[in-house]
Amino acid sequence: MTMKIEEKLYQNRYRVFEGEPHVCIDPTKADVEALKAMVNICPAGCYVETEDGKVEVVPDGCMECGTCRIVCQDTGALQWGYPRGGYGVLFKFG
Amino acid sequence: MAEHFDAIVVGAGMAGNAATYTLAKAGLNVLQIERGEYPGSKNVQGAILYANAVEALIPDFREDAPLERHVIEQRMWILDDRSYVGTHFRSENFNEEKPNRYTIIRAQFDKWLNKQAKDAGAMVICETTVLELLKDETGKVIGVRCDRDNGEVYADVVVLCDGVNALVGQRSGIRQEVAPEHAALAVKEMHFLPREVINERFNIADNEGVVIEILGTVTSGMLGTGFLYTNGESIALGIGCIVSDFVEKKINPAHLLEKLKAHPSIAPLIRGSEVKEYAAHLIPEGGFKGVPELSGDGWVICGDAAHFVNAAHREGSNLALTSGRIAAENIVALKKAGKPMSAENLKLYNQALEESFVLKDLKKYKDLPDTLWRNKQFVTTYPELLAQAAERFLRVDGVDKLTKEKEIARSFRKARGVLGLVGDAVKVARAWR
Repeated sequence: MTMKIEEKLYQNRYRVFEGEPHVCIDPTKADVEALKAMVNICPAGCYVETEDGKVEVVPDGCMECGTCRIVCQDTGALQWGYPRGGYGVLFKFG
Repeated sequence: MAEHFDAIVVGAGMAGNAATYTLAKAGLNVLQIERGEYPGSKNVQGAILYANAVEALIPDFREDAPLERHVIEQRMWILDDRSYVGTHFRSENFNEEKPNRYTIIRAQFDKWLNKQAKDAGAMVICETTVLELLKDETGKVIGVRCDRDNGEVYADVVVLCDGVNALVGQRSGIRQEVAPEHAALAVKEMHFLPREVINERFNIADNEGVVIEILGTVTSGMLGTGFLYTNGESIALGIGCIVSDFVEKKINPAHLLEKLKAHPSIAPLIRGSEVKEYAAHLIPEGGFKGVPELSGDGWVICGDAAHFVNAAHREGSNLALTSGRIAAENIVALKKAGKPMSAENLKLYNQALEESFVLKDLKKYKDLPDTLWRNKQFVTTYPELLAQAAERFLRVDGVDKLTKEKEIARSFRKARGVLGLVGDAVKVARAWR
């Protein structure tokens, strides 16, 4: 891939509410297949799989598309809400 | 915030702004709540604006709305890895006094449309996320709860225009979750170039625009499409596929976008551009089968939240604007007649939509999304066959034409079988009817 996801996200504007991630993984279900799928397909690359097979999420670059929310809906592994009003991604063009 | 309103509109996208404007203009006391920093800051679209749906709200919108270019040429490209087979339709008739379609930049357009709603008298609160609906003991919706201190606000009716994720309705138990096979994940980049360069590359004058819709191997076997839209000084380039296909293929959409950018038919069009934004968004693609319950006791749903996208024609913003307007018109009519916003009375909205193009078009194509999703050959095998056929037909290499035609016919039979070909034709005809 010629342009990495991190480089793409660098163009975007965000306002992050520190200490209040809007996407959280239930640690007891961090190894479900749906989460592992997100490691591959999250357009912002927010998901990583650790060596012990568990998935972690860092939603700072999240564009709030909701893909992980609907992919993981039946697993109960993900708590997903919109960021606090005024926070999160702020599209200049959209 | 414990004030009581005639109506609360959740969200400031196309549907929410159309609803708010219509309610405020009719003199209703309306509150609109938007989670973004300003209206438009959370909204993502290609984007094409269909004038007709805006005219129904604001007939002279062209005078000051932020429009990029009016569309004079539509291309449909079917790509394989090295070529495209395409149809182009360009007409001087689209250079009319009141053009039919425009490219727009959503953050700017939404801010403008929202200002019209504010000027009409609506109260607009930004940077506030609606968490859930408030109900009375009978289950009637009586307001919303927001993520602010004392964030409970009350109204006779709540108009849910909170977009494809539709969290408010789901949390409040009035609708189902969106299925992964009924949503497309699309990514898009904004490529900036000088206006003259875009004019030259697309053979267009200053305000004329070109739209390219793209099918084929760029979606790596998944059901999806790409697009390229010319704005004034930028090109919007994007690609989207059904979410469950991404899950199955384990492909990142950013990778697909890079593949599209590198395609020999696309690369020269964006050469030298500066990328200023990367966006991702879900598109409701389930068609009529994805549409939830549209109204109930004290609430209605419009736009993407109601799954109003005509995937076959790449239309969405017009369905959103129209459904928001129709919902508001029916609320105004009930209010003026002194009738309550009950489930029974709000069915007026459903009926009006049934009589409009919104539900008529979704019903027409109700089987198309599933048919295409279950029959990937339409986006994989056929584009390649077409490209190969075109090349074989046009390449002059000493082989006689009859032999070439037979080879082309054989390649189709070999790929799908005679029964397969007939079956595919029947499937498309049925789904299109």
